Amino acid sequence: MKILVCISKTPDTTAKIAFTDNNTKFNDAGVTFIINPYDEWYALVRALELKEKLGGTVHLITVGGADAEPIIRKALALGGDEAFRVNADSQDSFYIASQIAEHAKAEHYDIIFTGKETIDYNGSSIGGMVAELLDLPYVSVAAKFELEGTTATINREVEGGEEIDSVSLPVVVSCQKGMAEARIPNMRGIMAARTKPLKVVEPVAADTLTSIAGFELPPAKAGVKLVSPDNVEELVKLLHEEAKVI
Amino acid sequence: MSVLVFADQHEGKIKKAALEAVQYGASVAKQLGTAVNAIVVGEVSNDELASLGNYGAAKVLHVADARLNDIEPGVVTKVVAAAAEKEGADVIIFAHNFSGKAIAPRLSARLKAGLVAGAIELPDTSNGFVVKKNVFSGKAFAKVSISSAKKIVSVLPNTFSLAPVGGTAAVEAFSPAINDADFKVKVVKVETVSGEVPLTEAEIIVSGGRGLKGPENWGLVEDLAHVLGAATAASRPVSDSGWRPHHEHVGQTGLTVRPNLYIAIGISGAIQHLAGVNGSKVIVVINKDPEAPFFKAADYGIVGDAFEVVPKLTEALKKYKAN
Repeated sequence: MKILVCISKTPDTTAKIAFTDNNTKFNDAGVTFIINPYDEWYALVRALELKEKLGGTVHLITVGGADAEPIIRKALALGGDEAFRVNADSQDSFYIASQIAEHAKAEHYDIIFTGKETIDYNGSSIGGMVAELLDLPYVSVAAKFELEGTTATINREVEGGEEIDSVSLPVVVSCQKGMAEARIPNMRGIMAARTKPLKVVEPVAADTLTSIAGFELPPAKAGVKLVSPDNVEELVKLLHEEAKVI
Repeated sequence: MSVLVFADQHEGKIKKAALEAVQYGASVAKQLGTAVNAIVVGEVSNDELASLGNYGAAKVLHVADARLNDIEPGVVTKVVAAAAEKEGADVIIFAHNFSGKAIAPRLSARLKAGLVAGAIELPDTSNGFVVKKNVFSGKAFAKVSISSAKKIVSVLPNTFSLAPVGGTAAVEAFSPAINDADFKVKVVKVETVSGEVPLTEAEIIVSGGRGLKGPENWGLVEDLAHVLGAATAASRPVSDSGWRPHHEHVGQTGLTVRPNLYIAIGISGAIQHLAGVNGSKVIVVINKDPEAPFFKAADYGIVGDAFEVVPKLTEALKKYKAN
């Protein structure tokens, strides 16, 4: 079993969101960066579980600058075997997916896992794009992945429930909660990660289809209007007359 | 040049998020001085298809193929690409729902059409094509410029209120070549809770957290939701401890919802929970802890014991509804 897990570097979930350069750049001053939670908790850990059960290798790939290396080392510490960093800085999903697809073409993976989305740009696009570029089946927002021989049974989320899919490998899957339980790297893993291969590859030429023109922060809330617990009728009135939502 | 909207359906009914996408497509078409057409796949009645005219669609291409009642993203990508070519569509619109997430990225790569996933405003076409979307899980917005000739936008559900215009769309059968061999993802079964509004489409949501103490008290949430015709949701601790199913979990690692009214009961409002609900138009928080961070994100709040306040609120709403 040969599995590729796509890893993205994102700000910590509690990071303060602010922008610089006339609101065109994320202000990373004082921000802790982590592995995108969907990539780590669900995609990577499920890949490791499959490897532990069936044998094989787990490769990691990220598209980013040298500042992405600490999070890639953490993914190696959790149990990835070998990592690839495509040395390019891009916010365009198609450009990033093109780099991943180019790498995957030569490696013939059985499974490519991504997180369902990154918690910074929330595009939920990379998996589907990689699948299309490689002409592979794609199952999005999966909560369960079971394998029997070369046939995967995958639960994917749909409006108001789940769809259960059956697909022959190779396959691209985007992962969410339910796939696996988060793990913490142990000391042996951290030591081993130091010497595991992390190859830096240069990007191939690819189109950039989108760019971020600027960021905005939401307007501050006017402040909460408190209603006495003994006067819930007042809340009903406010919701009807002022907020006009009932 | 024209605008094409992929309108997805479930059991023959066009989803609400898809209607919003059609309406969005109609507005984009108006901006660009062109027409909007829709494409629907799977078995759907002619009346249902024609009703898309009510949201601005001029014509509906219908691929009446039972194999497409459920979505195979690779196949539907090819079908939508064929429809876009036939209609000369440069702008293709999806709902940013589970079907949209499965298909739009594939189509983007296939057509080399830049994708903005989860649009919250109409595009600004005054200088290029710039679309606003949520980033950092709703904590900020980005204006994303699409530079490719073909463009794809998926529309965040519950962002645009439906305003029917009272039209009827022309329905045209569309039969692109579809090979059985292309159905690589086989749908074994679909398990949906029927008769309930999916959370992502709900207008009102009543949500419960750890403050409810245990699953035996969930009736409080359900009773209030029932009076309001609302859907119910849960915070992460509630879903993690198994009181409520995972698909009701709202927050950063669960669903992102944008109802008109979100009522949070016994939820402290951790930043990860807020990320899933801060697109709600009005937020009401009921919590006995006046320091609960959720009050800072709320429009209305009651500091009090949920076990006393919620039954009273349910009664008050019953009276209000009865009048």
